[in-house]
Amino acid sequence: MALLEIRNVTRRFGPLVAVDNVSIAIEAGEFFTLLGPSGCGKTTLLRMIAGFDLPDEGAIFLDGRDMADTPPEKRPIHTVFQSYALFPHMTVSQNIAFPLKMAGKSADEIASRVKAALEQVHLEEKGTQYPHELSGGQKQRVALARGLVNQPRVLLLDEPLGALDAKLREEMQIELIQLQRDIGVTFVFVTHAQPEALALSHRIAVMRAGRVEQLDEPSKIYGFPANRFVADFIGTCNMLESEVLEASHASLRLKVQGLGEVVAPPREGTRAGDRGVLALRPEQVRIVAPDSPHELKNHFTGRVHDLLYVGGVTTYIVELPNGTRLQALLPNSAPGRATFFEVGDAVRVAWRHDAGHFLRD
Amino acid sequence: MIKLRADTVTRWVVGGPPFLFLVLFFLAPALIMVAASFRYPGEFGGLAPLFGGAPGGESGLTLENYRVFFGDRIYFDIFLKSFGVAAVTTLVCLAMAYPLAVLIARSPKHRRDFMVLLCVLPFASNFLVRVYAWMIMLGPFELLFTKFAVLAAMVYVHLPFMILPLYTNLEKHDPTLLDAAQDLGANAWHRFWRVTFPLSLPGVFAGSALVFIPVLGMFAIPEILGGISDWLVGNMIKESFLGVRDWPFGSMLSLMLTLCVLAIAGAAAWVARRGVARA
Repeated sequence: MALLEIRNVTRRFGPLVAVDNVSIAIEAGEFFTLLGPSGCGKTTLLRMIAGFDLPDEGAIFLDGRDMADTPPEKRPIHTVFQSYALFPHMTVSQNIAFPLKMAGKSADEIASRVKAALEQVHLEEKGTQYPHELSGGQKQRVALARGLVNQPRVLLLDEPLGALDAKLREEMQIELIQLQRDIGVTFVFVTHAQPEALALSHRIAVMRAGRVEQLDEPSKIYGFPANRFVADFIGTCNMLESEVLEASHASLRLKVQGLGEVVAPPREGTRAGDRGVLALRPEQVRIVAPDSPHELKNHFTGRVHDLLYVGGVTTYIVELPNGTRLQALLPNSAPGRATFFEVGDAVRVAWRHDAGHFLRD
Repeated sequence: MIKLRADTVTRWVVGGPPFLFLVLFFLAPALIMVAASFRYPGEFGGLAPLFGGAPGGESGLTLENYRVFFGDRIYFDIFLKSFGVAAVTTLVCLAMAYPLAVLIARSPKHRRDFMVLLCVLPFASNFLVRVYAWMIMLGPFELLFTKFAVLAAMVYVHLPFMILPLYTNLEKHDPTLLDAAQDLGANAWHRFWRVTFPLSLPGVFAGSALVFIPVLGMFAIPEILGGISDWLVGNMIKESFLGVRDWPFGSMLSLMLTLCVLAIAGAAAWVARRGVARA
């Protein structure tokens, strides 16, 4: 049995359906992420799990028990808020002690568990300071320690890294993964930042307009997007408008608008005449000199429209004769060499016959 | 030549006029009052001359006023009673204003301004008119010229001064803090007592000062609505100046009142600081 089960949950605000018949089962010890653009319903769903909001239809079960009649303060579910929501009139230690105090623990137990929690988030020295004396990353750690100290069954994290700068965010990501692994508490993480979701989660539910578009492991979400929205939202994706000419068990033959025929891997349920896009990740697109030999089935000539050197890789934007622009990644593995091609160079782009996915409209 | 920095000039231009105003019309009169309390009253009010007064008249400096004040229990009692009335008024105002301020602060934004307006609406009519209105209301119930009449009007007049600072404070509270407290297991009482109330203490102190201090010096309400036994320090001061025309004695009473208020304010600040350090 799943630890936390969201069963056919719907939540409406007037005419707006914020969460639309969502069902998700989250296992104990899982790092689960709700990912989607703002307004997709992920925060509403999180508030319903915490108990601040109730579903109009459907139910939320924890350990098989319907939570509908359990107010937030009685749920063994704690939240790390986006703004951290640390109590400004309490010291770090008092903040962390708060849930223990509310649970009626003895003074001795509170003292020892606060101490342990401070150690866990490397803030042993900060116990007597007030939140306003801390940096963003330290506040974040206090919020985590406070959320975890009373050993909730589930910890909800509402975009907790959103307020941190890029470098610190990366450090906190690693700390979060380690912390979750060490203590084994189920995390439900809400974010709109897809790299964060891919890096942290065991499983991800990609949401749009109140619905779950795809629910899977990060590698599946990235490698096998279920539809055009997921492919576009997760990472960068080249989208080639195309039509199926021939579908077989071994491959698909597609006609790409204004470009010509390409071969793509097969996909269940796809029939000749279907329209959609061929989704190709930039790292799947090879870029070579126009006259160099290659053995790839799908290839077109084009011109380098622009390039973006970001250190480890260079992103080339190649314009094809039909005006379509394709992104291709080239790793800069040879030291001291930043560019292989310049803007305006004629190049050949190519990809394997089993690369990409045809996604029906 | 002295070179003035731009921010120094700005500070004087901006801060100068109010500073000058306060020196002229607050500090100077206060010092005059202190000096007056050590002098003799003039024959027809005012002060007796410092040097060479009329033959047989008193002149120079004296501790006579203080001797009278500390020599008779009646002054201590009336001070005590005034502080009692001020304390009760403050507590009643606090008890009435707090729920109201919470209600306003948690109302939708567009309704808050209207509710605040309603709170200050009484200021639109004259204070004395409103106190006389209480006479009309209390008369039929035979409550006029009682302690109750004085307290009721005191609370009524000063309530807005408690509501406004409380509301201003409560309105700034981050509602997420209450969500966080609830999420971490706090019931409604704990959310109030451990989060809302401690965070509202600056508002509680500000409102209390704005009620307590004016009530101490209030003379109109006891005079109009109270019996002679309900007189407070304010009435005594007023009577000294305007009734028996003993300015030095009135000055001494005013000074004692000011010192008492300062002492209380200092003690409150000390308690508040200790409270913060401990909390």
